[in-house]
Amino acid sequence: MTSTATRPAAPVQPTPPPARPERSVRRVAFSQTLSRWDVKVSPYLYISPFFILFAITGLFPLVYTAWVSVHEWNLIGGQGDFVGFDNFAFVLSNPPFWIALRNTFSIFLISAVPQIIVALLIAAVLDRNLRAKTFWRMGVLLPYVVAPVAVTLILSNMFGDQYGLINNLLGDLGIDPIGWHSEVLPSHIAIATMVNFRWTGYTALILLAGMQAIPRDYYEAAMIDGAGTVRQFFSITIPQLRPTLIFVIVTSTIGGLQIFDEPRLYDTAGQGGASSQWMTITIYLYNLGWGQLNFGRAAAVAWLLFLIIVVVGLLNVVITRSIARAS
Amino acid sequence: MIRSRRTTASAAVAGAAAIALIATGCSTATDPGAEGGEITLTVATFNDFGYTDELFAQYEAENPGITIVHNRAATSNEARDNFFTKLGAGSGLADIEAVEVDWFAEMMQYSDKLADLSDPAVADRWVDWKTAAATDADGRLVAYGTDIGPQAVCYRADLFEAAGLPTDRDEVAALLEGDWDRYFEVGQQYVDASGAAWFDAAGAIYQGMINQVEYAYEEADGTVIATENPEVKQIYTDVLTASETLSAHLAQWSDDWFAGLSNGAFATMLCPGWMLGVISGNAPDVTGWDVANVFPGGGGNWGGSYLTVPAQGQNIEEAKKLAAWLTAPEQQMSAFAAAGTFPSQVDAYESTELQEATNEYFNNAPVGQILIERSQAIEVAPFKSVKYFPINDALQRALTRVDVDGTDTIDSSWELFVADVNAL
Repeated sequence: MTSTATRPAAPVQPTPPPARPERSVRRVAFSQTLSRWDVKVSPYLYISPFFILFAITGLFPLVYTAWVSVHEWNLIGGQGDFVGFDNFAFVLSNPPFWIALRNTFSIFLISAVPQIIVALLIAAVLDRNLRAKTFWRMGVLLPYVVAPVAVTLILSNMFGDQYGLINNLLGDLGIDPIGWHSEVLPSHIAIATMVNFRWTGYTALILLAGMQAIPRDYYEAAMIDGAGTVRQFFSITIPQLRPTLIFVIVTSTIGGLQIFDEPRLYDTAGQGGASSQWMTITIYLYNLGWGQLNFGRAAAVAWLLFLIIVVVGLLNVVITRSIARAS
Repeated sequence: MIRSRRTTASAAVAGAAAIALIATGCSTATDPGAEGGEITLTVATFNDFGYTDELFAQYEAENPGITIVHNRAATSNEARDNFFTKLGAGSGLADIEAVEVDWFAEMMQYSDKLADLSDPAVADRWVDWKTAAATDADGRLVAYGTDIGPQAVCYRADLFEAAGLPTDRDEVAALLEGDWDRYFEVGQQYVDASGAAWFDAAGAIYQGMINQVEYAYEEADGTVIATENPEVKQIYTDVLTASETLSAHLAQWSDDWFAGLSNGAFATMLCPGWMLGVISGNAPDVTGWDVANVFPGGGGNWGGSYLTVPAQGQNIEEAKKLAAWLTAPEQQMSAFAAAGTFPSQVDAYESTELQEATNEYFNNAPVGQILIERSQAIEVAPFKSVKYFPINDALQRALTRVDVDGTDTIDSSWELFVADVNAL
């Protein structure tokens, strides 16, 4: 690659004498050509590694999955006949997909909404002048260090239907045991608890970083105007946090729609429950692809999930824009 | 063997072993592995095959230059997922892979991806039906048998006593002698007297009953008959009807179920040989477990496994040698001692070691003798073809919906099962 330093060195060619008008091609020094390429091509070269990597690890699998999804495709046997959109039709016309969609959104909402609210409160507390600040801040991150598999195994045991710790405690309080592994909503709550246990501290730290960037003058001015802590929180902290909040919401949406570890490990069979109580879309995809060895249908589910995430992502963009305009 | 759970610690060990495996795998790949060079063999099993570290150490000592890495998956389901994924990918499988009998037929479709293990030296090692199932259409033997699962009945002598039932294992055998109705009838007596449950889960009892049916889900030509076969529907209905009062409503292999092994939630369970190790390993402090030489409706086999050598491996010859050694009667006997995995090797039945084997945990029951007699009582070798595993899985879910979750009735859950099978 040439350096831009060669550019001024390119000599300006004198125009050819008019005596030879038949030569229409203008002679250009090679170094000048290079420098022109340099200007035009270099920027693209500099950013190309990302796109090359993306093409290999992102675009290719995406396109290949689309190719698989329109074929009969066995995990071991490989490619079969072209079947058009049959796999999509099968998936969309079968109840499990819709149950999985319901479960995914339900678990996502039950985990994301309380998580962000609690994280906001924790961040607001950490934003105060506490003693041993670093200790508290590292403390909220501790659950994040624990491996998700360990969290799931421990919590899934605690949520045991008959002999679990939580049902025992509820029994002591005179409350009937809850079917954490048999009923739909309780199983979603249990799984959301695992997600929240792990991610709340992480989210809180991101929100805290956002809060620290808010100019302190605002708070001083508000205090002089007589605003209390609560009023300050709602009128200054929250509006100023909008960009950070949007980031947190977008990332947790993408993560939430792809949730897999927790539901997969929630019971020993790992198929999302006997009546698919907590079978998420990724679990459904896994059951099709690796349980039934039917890669074509699994690929169709993968593409549908991709489209759902795109739609939700677009919704996020629309909301972001409207908020940006409002502020 | 069949699925069982494992602890985080062992999962971590398996993870670490996998990383070690990758590291060593790379090093052996770059090393041309000259005569007598270092070779690392990986062995992948699931649940508990009874292969102890000492056993592998013995082989390593006898065969210098061989290092063995043993990976244990938590459940048979997990092992199956892993096996087919990597069989399809063409790389990543261990040098020796354990395969369970329930998904064995599914695997046999791809027998060309497994190494031919035929060898005159081992030709007559196993019971005939075990070898026949592992021989493909081209006459290649692709898997060595490890264990089979002849079933007896395990019971809690202390709970029997409290409920006024006999406690001696011979008397219990005489008490339960008969068909499944007899088993349920005695169960009702126990439940009336104690107020506790008779057996662990509808799914477990169903497993015992369906393994006595020769053609349950598929006909000999592979036609799926699961949803129309009146026998299947009958067993399904019988089990669930009995379960209403007799079952502890615990999903097999769940945390609750493991807790139930210790806390007396149920008084009996069906016990293939390998289940003995599961009970003693998970309820070490209970003294009441015993095993009776009886099985409702005659004999029954539940589970049992094979070792295969995938053709994609780097050290097929050495792996074959190790697999042959592991499945030799002597080693299977040591596995039996460690985990109760009952041998599929004919010579083992002659050994006094097996005949005289007792199990201290089960009140010094003569488990060797009991299981030999239970294996002789087996009359039916169930036909398990390509769809057996997914269909049985769907039916187990149907049972769980009614017995454990209580979210469906017997009829509505059957409807869902039919839909599941049709969607396969």
